[in-house]
Amino acid sequence: MAIAAIFVSVPWFFPSAYYYRIGVLVFIFALAVAGLNLLMGFAGQVSLGHAGFLGIGAYSVAIGPTHLGMPSWFCLFAGAALSAAVAFFVGRPILRLKGHYLAVATLGFGLLVAIVLTNEAGLTGGPDGMTVPRLTLFGWSVRGSDAWYWISGTTFIGGFVLALNLMGSPTGRALQAIHDSEIAAQVLGIDVARKKLTVFIISAVYASVAGSYLALFNGHVTPDVAGFLRSIELVAMVVLGGMGSILGSLVGAGLLVVLPQALTIFHEYEQALLGLILIVFMIFLRRGIVPSVAAVIFGWRK
Amino acid sequence: MMILETDRLSIAFGGVRAIDEVNIAVESGQVFSIIGPNGSGKTTLFNLVSGIYTPDDGSIRLAGQTATGLAPHELARRGLSRTFQNLQIFYRMSVLENVMVGRHRHERTGILADLLHLPAVTLQNKATDAAARAALARVGLADFAERSASSLAYGALKRLEIARALATEPSLLLLDEPAAGCNPVETQEIDAVIRSIVKDGITVVLVEHDMRLVMNISDRVHVLANGRTLAEGTPEQVRSNAAVIQAYLGIHGSQEAIRAFD
Repeated sequence: MAIAAIFVSVPWFFPSAYYYRIGVLVFIFALAVAGLNLLMGFAGQVSLGHAGFLGIGAYSVAIGPTHLGMPSWFCLFAGAALSAAVAFFVGRPILRLKGHYLAVATLGFGLLVAIVLTNEAGLTGGPDGMTVPRLTLFGWSVRGSDAWYWISGTTFIGGFVLALNLMGSPTGRALQAIHDSEIAAQVLGIDVARKKLTVFIISAVYASVAGSYLALFNGHVTPDVAGFLRSIELVAMVVLGGMGSILGSLVGAGLLVVLPQALTIFHEYEQALLGLILIVFMIFLRRGIVPSVAAVIFGWRK
Repeated sequence: MMILETDRLSIAFGGVRAIDEVNIAVESGQVFSIIGPNGSGKTTLFNLVSGIYTPDDGSIRLAGQTATGLAPHELARRGLSRTFQNLQIFYRMSVLENVMVGRHRHERTGILADLLHLPAVTLQNKATDAAARAALARVGLADFAERSASSLAYGALKRLEIARALATEPSLLLLDEPAAGCNPVETQEIDAVIRSIVKDGITVVLVEHDMRLVMNISDRVHVLANGRTLAEGTPEQVRSNAAVIQAYLGIHGSQEAIRAFD
């Protein structure tokens, strides 16, 4: 409720369209991060290749309308379905792996998607990327940051609510149990492989929708969207905001989208300063921003 | 009726036969203890029976049906549950939530219902909550339900694992050293909990080093040494068996012998 209120009221204070643009990027990334957080923070399974699904979603709304003449909204759903299918087939073998091994395998998946997007130049425009046709809904061509602000914000809140629902459900308890002890979860009757696959698919769909939005919003897409740095950025947002805190996903995404913009006044020191701030945050708020701040406010645990 | 039978069950790790042609037959409603010196294969046997390891040879039957090679979660759905020697607690969750996870096999909502928080999920959560609290009450942890699992003392965590296993409503419960590391008072509590479990008709298979507990509570005792069966019988038969005294108690030191025979 509070988030919805902020979401509606904040634009009154936006002095320019530029702020809407930042808001859109925050919501889009927060959506992808919320999904990744279900996988990482909640079920405890790392993915260093999640931008791969961002890429599948982004290129779905680029290739579908351009080459196949399909409507963008349809391609968004088709991309999500494709991501789910890819997550299913990739997840089955690699989710057996644990810890660092899973990290490397997912890393490989992300690289694979990025390379395919770069090399299939006939379809994707190669490294230069391609133009993404505007989203048209009921004859209304969606353009402008303010329109996208409302669309992406509403979608994020929807994804946020679904994620919270999941956390408070039998499936959510099973996922959290897997995080702490797979073996105990198994002997209590939880089909661990299947639960992991389920949450992997859900997180892939979140990322895919976010990727589609990103491409439609920017009107242009390059293979960088699926790149390694993007994947790392998503993981950083999860950890910074707080593992297992969906609200933290919004905070983490917000910080990592806004900070680089705010730090541009320091010119060449921008990246160094960003790195320094991240280090300081992790030292003093080691469980992530939202859980650590919550612990201070509510005095919950040490 | 035999609830658990193994036939020439064997597994080797790197050439070492950790369990070598072991036959056990556990009658329904009994307390069946497995004892033996450290490294004799007790926990390995548990891991085979609970599906964590797949046997190289031999077979397992659960309530008369073949259960060899089934995954742990499939065995759980057939009514087998267990606890662990080294605690496997869900430390991020509350005490109550730990036990609620134990209700998983009785929960009926699908993933879509869970995502949309349909009314069925609310009802399911209520039912799970009630059943979990009942399981906690059985091990005397009802007052700790809302506490974080990580804040519990060692002996209480041992009982929490039992409550979590009971929440699955097993017909066969494997307890791996439930009293290990517990002080005498905590051991007494575990003893009482096991007796109440058996009274409810649940068969208990116990691995335990505390000889006083084993001899007090068991209907039958199976002795392992170096992965093989050394002896089996009632507690009286086992404690007077010369091979057992020599192989097991001799190795284990006089202190344990005194505790067992006083």
